Amino acid sequence: MKPAPFEYVAASSAADAVEKLRRYGDEAKVLAGGQSLIPMLALRLARPSVLVDINGCTDLDGLTESGSTLTVGALVRQRGLERWARTRSPLFAEALGWVAHAPIRNRGTVVGSLVHADPASELPALLLCLDGALSARRKGGERVIPADKVYLAPLTTSLESDELATAARFTLPPDGAGWGFAEVARRHGDFALVGCAAVLALDGSGAVSHARLAFFGVGGTPVRSAPGEAALTGQQPTPARLAEAAKAAAAALSPDGDLHASAGYRKTVAGTLAERVLTAALGRCRRAG
Amino acid sequence: MKRAVRVTVNGKDYERAVDVRSTLADFLREDLDLTGTHVGCEHGVCGACTVLLDGEPIRACLMLAAQADGHEVTTIEGVAPFGEALHPIQEAFWAKHGLQCGYCTPGIIMSACAFLKEHPTPTEGEIREMLAGHLCRCTGYHFIVEAIAEAARALAGSRPAPTVE
Repeated sequence: MKPAPFEYVAASSAADAVEKLRRYGDEAKVLAGGQSLIPMLALRLARPSVLVDINGCTDLDGLTESGSTLTVGALVRQRGLERWARTRSPLFAEALGWVAHAPIRNRGTVVGSLVHADPASELPALLLCLDGALSARRKGGERVIPADKVYLAPLTTSLESDELATAARFTLPPDGAGWGFAEVARRHGDFALVGCAAVLALDGSGAVSHARLAFFGVGGTPVRSAPGEAALTGQQPTPARLAEAAKAAAAALSPDGDLHASAGYRKTVAGTLAERVLTAALGRCRRAG
Repeated sequence: MKRAVRVTVNGKDYERAVDVRSTLADFLREDLDLTGTHVGCEHGVCGACTVLLDGEPIRACLMLAAQADGHEVTTIEGVAPFGEALHPIQEAFWAKHGLQCGYCTPGIIMSACAFLKEHPTPTEGEIREMLAGHLCRCTGYHFIVEAIAEAARALAGSRPAPTVE
């Protein structure tokens, strides 16, 4: 047995889970899909004294689409979102294909990946790119944390230790919007060295009415690029303009270097991928009107 | 700390008290003596411990045995149909030399079972993408790719042929 000793408690509902989190506080960790937590237990990088298993909380399951809002409950597996996406969202379908491997996605949850907050993982960047938010519940209260307030540092979110992330919300791109997604990794399914996602929409005159550009693998947290988006919004999306936006976006990044890739390499690749995903997004746009 | 689990493995029901720190892989190997499920990295990377949970491939090292309560597990010991020596995927690995030391093979075959259901006529690219989740340090993968392609053909052939007038 590899993990350090812990007590295992199974929660029967979201309310039961938050009660248990209140009781155990800092000592507890939530176990959902376990695809990040169990390796950390096995390597003893995490040594919680209590695991609160939420897999029996049926009220946390369920994926609902209402208007442009997609709500993904804390028990929805990455595979569940992937299967929904095959007919509903090519952006999610493409991005999820890059998340580890099928056997991991069969267990790993969407919300689990979001709150694990690995800066090189795909879904947190999509939360930023799609104006998402997390719903968090604690004993006696619930709050919604917008995506840009979730990520603080590697593996660190603004969730409190007694809070349970109950669902994630994504705003699906407007009608006629185009999308792009690209990633560079050493092998398919590895964590990204650098990755990038974009959504673009055009108004009746062909100018950019909506631009989102987000990166992962470029620092301690996923990054939504304000300079990249500002360089496009309201502008005619000529190839030169897209290249300029990608350059501005990459220039504002401050990635870390590690044994997998130097900081300079990551910055160069980020600029290249940004131009690529913006071009792909433009190619998929339909003009409003 | 122990916890009672009831689990169906390869069609047989088991009821056991498991240590909550036990992974499903440990449970299968040590409690049920089903040692065909191999354990390599024990943190989800190598794919050797892949089994089917309710028909879907998962890493047995990334799930606690306690969490398998009420579920159905299929391991490599359960893939061959009753009365026959090998499953068509196993046959194809044999015929195409898809294994050398065999350590990674059970995990790959379990993944392939689910993969070929979803992709009955896979491209080489799709096979290689699936295999990215399985480390093999002997073969260089070429013969594994061929074995899975061969298995797809064999499985397609074993489906009832359309009636010809």
